[in-house]
Amino acid sequence: MITFENGLYATDGFALAINLQVNANQFCAVLGPSGAGKSTLLSLIAGFENLQSGSIKLDGIEATQISPSLRPVSMVFQDYNAFGHLDLWTNVALGIAPNLKLDAAQQEAVEKALDNVGIATLARRRPFEISGGELQRVALARILVRNKPILLLDEPFAALDPGLRKDMLQLVLQLQKSHRLTVLMVTHQPEEAKKVADKVIFVNGGQVRTAINCDDFFNSGDEDVARYLG
Amino acid sequence: MNKTFSLANRIALVCVAGAILLGVGPLFWFLIERNEANYFLFDRSLFAILLFTLKQALLSSIISVGLGLAAARAMARREFLGKTLLLNLFAVPQSLPAIVAVLGFLSVFGNAGLLPGLINTYGLTGIVMVHVFFNLPLSMRLCLETLNGIAPETFRLSQQLAFSDRQLFRHVEWPVLASSLPRIFALIFLLCAASFIVVLTLGGPSATTLEVAIFQSLRMDFDVGRAFSLSVLQIALSLALIAIAGRTLVQGSSQYSGMIEPRTDGISWVAKVFDYGALVVAALLVLPPMFAILVYGLPEIMVSFELLKALAFSVLIGGMSAILAVALAWSLSKYLTPLNTVLALSGFIVPPALLATGWFLLFRNISASVWLVIVLVVALNSLMALPFTVAILSEGFKKMGLGHEKLCAQLGLHGWYRFWWIDFQIMKTSAIQALLLAFVFSLGDLTAVTLLGNQGLVSLPALLHQQMGHYRSQEAAGTALILAGLCFAVAALAQKIRSSNDHV
Repeated sequence: MITFENGLYATDGFALAINLQVNANQFCAVLGPSGAGKSTLLSLIAGFENLQSGSIKLDGIEATQISPSLRPVSMVFQDYNAFGHLDLWTNVALGIAPNLKLDAAQQEAVEKALDNVGIATLARRRPFEISGGELQRVALARILVRNKPILLLDEPFAALDPGLRKDMLQLVLQLQKSHRLTVLMVTHQPEEAKKVADKVIFVNGGQVRTAINCDDFFNSGDEDVARYLG
Repeated sequence: MNKTFSLANRIALVCVAGAILLGVGPLFWFLIERNEANYFLFDRSLFAILLFTLKQALLSSIISVGLGLAAARAMARREFLGKTLLLNLFAVPQSLPAIVAVLGFLSVFGNAGLLPGLINTYGLTGIVMVHVFFNLPLSMRLCLETLNGIAPETFRLSQQLAFSDRQLFRHVEWPVLASSLPRIFALIFLLCAASFIVVLTLGGPSATTLEVAIFQSLRMDFDVGRAFSLSVLQIALSLALIAIAGRTLVQGSSQYSGMIEPRTDGISWVAKVFDYGALVVAALLVLPPMFAILVYGLPEIMVSFELLKALAFSVLIGGMSAILAVALAWSLSKYLTPLNTVLALSGFIVPPALLATGWFLLFRNISASVWLVIVLVVALNSLMALPFTVAILSEGFKKMGLGHEKLCAQLGLHGWYRFWWIDFQIMKTSAIQALLLAFVFSLGDLTAVTLLGNQGLVSLPALLHQQMGHYRSQEAAGTALILAGLCFAVAALAQKIRSSNDHV
């Protein structure tokens, strides 16, 4: 569960007020105009940015002072999801231990994760030797070995073609169900949100609105939402 | 995420700032103890030195940048036989030690040279000519990088719009050059204003710069007050130039990384005469001293015990200085905060003679062991090499980008593991390149050894200086060629590593 209470983030003329609750195992799409603060919301949950006031609770624990690596969160970025000089196996293994000293069970977990996302045969390749879609699968494999209950997706599939995008979304849905993940996904595709999300979080005008059911959002008749959807 | 002060950064800041304070502090204390009040005394002779410093630096910079720009433009838009060879030859001066360049210059224009009496080799003319020898190729390379940074589509558009050569220069080339030229000019002005060995060997009482006058005040007259006054001017001048040149002094250049297509402008005969004329003049200023070093040096190469000892000492201090310079630069260049930038440039800002004398005063009561001298020479060489090593590493860090920061934070990659698995693996070619160039810098440097060395410790450039001073010109020619060859080989290796890395 993710809870923001009177959260306020402000920097260089930009402010974002957040009161939000996301229940466990939900798939939420984060929608809103460009520059509204969708990625900032994810960065606040992941711990890359800090609130000026208010609090964030992750799974009931106050997380404001917890460093990114200790939060129960994994995040997939649009770029830089893998280290270019390391092979895929090592990139995934880093999710278990930064010193890369893995016991037999951990090594098996890496192989299983690579297998789960369909890139087991590419384990010894380096990121520049594989496609964009395969690269995002590396990030998903690492999420599996990290075993964190909250998954944040910051437009990770924006650069992929429509077919590949659909496959990746299916894979995320499958992982969400099998690993009982709480997912927040930033997207610029309302249609995509309709297909996969249980709820929608709308970020607009310096405010993060409460998560509402997908159908309620698209039929809300709200002026801002209508303007956004066009 | 704290981007400013990691532990390594703090250690580097303490080391560099400590070295400066340990140099300036004892001198200041010496003045207070002796109750000398003339350390801010600016008399006429002092302003004459300042004026000469500015005059020679201005002339050197105008000629270097003016001709460098013309030659770069010619290189950018002309294809001719031997272009690559000329570009490679123009890269040589940057790896040559100052003392070798002076010898090459005297071998051409000196009394016993190929063209005796053509120009006055000592005083302003000689100093400017040697500075142009060093800085014209540098300015040409930087201008060429800027011009090659213009995307080919821009030239195609100019062709479509039927731009004349003049219009092309005004609308396409000049807007790009206008942002780079002041920085290139300020960099070259700074290098010429802080030049030490060239002015020490070719200058004289009426042709001396602040840097050399500080050395003479401390070493010849031990007039600490005057050295302080001169240092205040030198530091103010360096800071002003750094303010103009901005952080680009320690930041690598960013350039268009795509294919460079052949250009189709400049087809009029006026443009051709201008371009080839600029290349011929540039070649005449740069190539003869290099060939003189080769031609005079080849028959004189002899391996003596004296030479081997000097070589071993040079390699020892060069290696140690390079390691220290890269270690400090690594910690300073990851995040170029204003404090990191200023300390990285301290080798440009604080006169080496001032630091060396301060350290000498501080350690004078300790027996003058060889190892203490080596440590001080290494420390001074590292500080002077720091601006160059920081420039290379910050370029590497810039290429690496901050994209991985979030992922590292999320995976808990900190400290040693972050360094070993991520930063070092990505940055190792830049680090090796910086190490090799710092080694070349220290190998060919005479400043630190002149300021801190004693009779027992003679580096290769110091041996060359001694041979020149004792008119052992044949031995000097051989030593110069060995030193130049070594520096060039290591610099070429560094360049090869850089090129192979660029192609990955």
